[in-house]
Amino acid sequence: MFEMAEVMLEVRELTTKYITRFREDIYAVDHVSLKVEEGKSLGIAGESGCGKSTLALSLMGYYFAPLHYMSGEIIIDGRNITGMKPDDIRKSILGTEIAYIPQSAMNALNPTQKVIHFIEDVFQAHDPYKSKKEIYEFATGAFDTLGLPAEVLQKYPVELSGGMKQRTVIAVSVLLYPKVLIADEPSSALDVTSQKMVIKMLKNLMEDGFIKSMIFITHELPLLYNVTDDIMVMYAGQIVEKGTAKEAVFDPLHPYAKGLMGSIIVPESGLREIKLTAIPGVPPNLKNPPCGCRFAERCKYAIPECTAISPAMQEVDGGRAYRCIFSEKELREAYLREIHIREAAKNAK
Amino acid sequence: MPNENNSCLKASGLTKVFGIGRQKCVAVDHVDLDLCETEVVSIVGESGSGKTTLAKMLLGLINPTEGEVYFLGKKRDISTQKKKREYWKNIQAIFQDPYCSYNTFNKIDTVLLDCIHMRGGRKLPRADKLRLMAEACSFVNLKFEELTNKYPFELSGGQMQRLMIARIFLLKPKILLADEPTSMIDACSRATILDMLMQLRNEIGMTVIFITHDIGLAYYVSDTVYIMERGKFVEYGSADDVILNPRQPYTRRLISDVPKIHEAWDLSTV
Repeated sequence: MFEMAEVMLEVRELTTKYITRFREDIYAVDHVSLKVEEGKSLGIAGESGCGKSTLALSLMGYYFAPLHYMSGEIIIDGRNITGMKPDDIRKSILGTEIAYIPQSAMNALNPTQKVIHFIEDVFQAHDPYKSKKEIYEFATGAFDTLGLPAEVLQKYPVELSGGMKQRTVIAVSVLLYPKVLIADEPSSALDVTSQKMVIKMLKNLMEDGFIKSMIFITHELPLLYNVTDDIMVMYAGQIVEKGTAKEAVFDPLHPYAKGLMGSIIVPESGLREIKLTAIPGVPPNLKNPPCGCRFAERCKYAIPECTAISPAMQEVDGGRAYRCIFSEKELREAYLREIHIREAAKNAK
Repeated sequence: MPNENNSCLKASGLTKVFGIGRQKCVAVDHVDLDLCETEVVSIVGESGSGKTTLAKMLLGLINPTEGEVYFLGKKRDISTQKKKREYWKNIQAIFQDPYCSYNTFNKIDTVLLDCIHMRGGRKLPRADKLRLMAEACSFVNLKFEELTNKYPFELSGGQMQRLMIARIFLLKPKILLADEPTSMIDACSRATILDMLMQLRNEIGMTVIFITHDIGLAYYVSDTVYIMERGKFVEYGSADDVILNPRQPYTRRLISDVPKIHEAWDLSTV
């Protein structure tokens, strides 16, 4: 018997909503369930406006207006944090159990203070009796392991480059050894070389024992494929496809996931022969989402039933799941037919 | 490759030096560039390699320290504001940040109307102007009826960038300079925007200069690729040549830095 990996983060049917100033409810995260095991990383993909970042915020259990909790459970390493008071969450969960790197994290550094000051603040919020010297020594050691020069600690944020700032913020966020790290677009504002450094660092975090599992959010599929073990595709607040990275990129089942994969640009031979296929239209307004399948409006394969029945997640063997009324066989046939049509058109040319 | 007759934009020995004395920084170092008409060129490099400085010099937004720019075989003259305006009728740009590209006080109608006026359509009847504006919007899949009386900041990033393309559609310049047009937009809209740009190029036959740090994107769109390192071109040639058989170590590094899906992405080389 091999041992089952411990589940670090489990989310059951989590629903959160935004209440706008016009008293409208926007369900940006709608019955999302996910599970991250120890030593694994989960990627979340989707267009902008699909609720990826809101999901990241909701996972922490720390809600502030206009975001409100509706239903569902969040369990971190066996501990149910649903219904905890915001103050308790801030003291005992954030930073130590779950850490979050927001989208423009590098702008979070205070320009008037040195990096070390920021780290002292982090420690003092959780352990007021630690001396400055201890903190400094600990930070130097940690920065060394993470491959950052210790001089960074004594610098002001303006003296650091963008990539360096981003890596500093990541380093600071894992200093308290969180169990789950949520990284929301950690590399989208950087150029390719800095991006690679950030990704390398994130990948090493788990090996160095700073974190136990990771959730990585981005819209760049090639990046997601290289970083994470599993990928979930989100659309209009719902999970529409779930599978391993390889399955989700090379063999997606849901038409939306299929469409996303059609927009991948990588510098590999054969790219110029493929025509990129963008999905027409925009994601629906979540104020009053369509009652049937939320993707039906933009879906090539939609039939009248699609707009009437809201499809449930269908499980496929091997832990995959997708949200569509068609069966796996029907979808595969439809995709094959399309390839045939495209090839016929190519030959006719 | 360009010859005497179809050279559209040419730069010889273009140099820009910032600062003086010990703080001297050579941003662009004796760059030669020759573009023929309807060519799509990419300039690729890391941040800080001088791509945007080069673009700004070609646009005439900053003056080069040394070197000349030739437009349609003649030396470019932008000594007065009037001549500059004349030059900008032929060369237009799309910048990285769509949020900063618009005048916040102008409505979208005004943005598009300005373009029509710039092309000498000031005396056109109002119905014609409206028709032109609607045409431009429908080219980029925007609905003109929904945009009237809106301000640019009410649109999303992708929509703003598409409106930029609608402007280019109205202006019909000879040269379009796209400085990282898709870096702030998500991957799905990126394909749409690139397709629109390429379609527009085929329609009005303009030269496109792409400036990007994403070598995959450069490979997808361009005929010729220039690789820029520290203000100099280190390698150039047709896209297939440069990307599939790179000669310079710098080019190889740039390619290896981009995540791939069919080949392994080697993280140990940073």
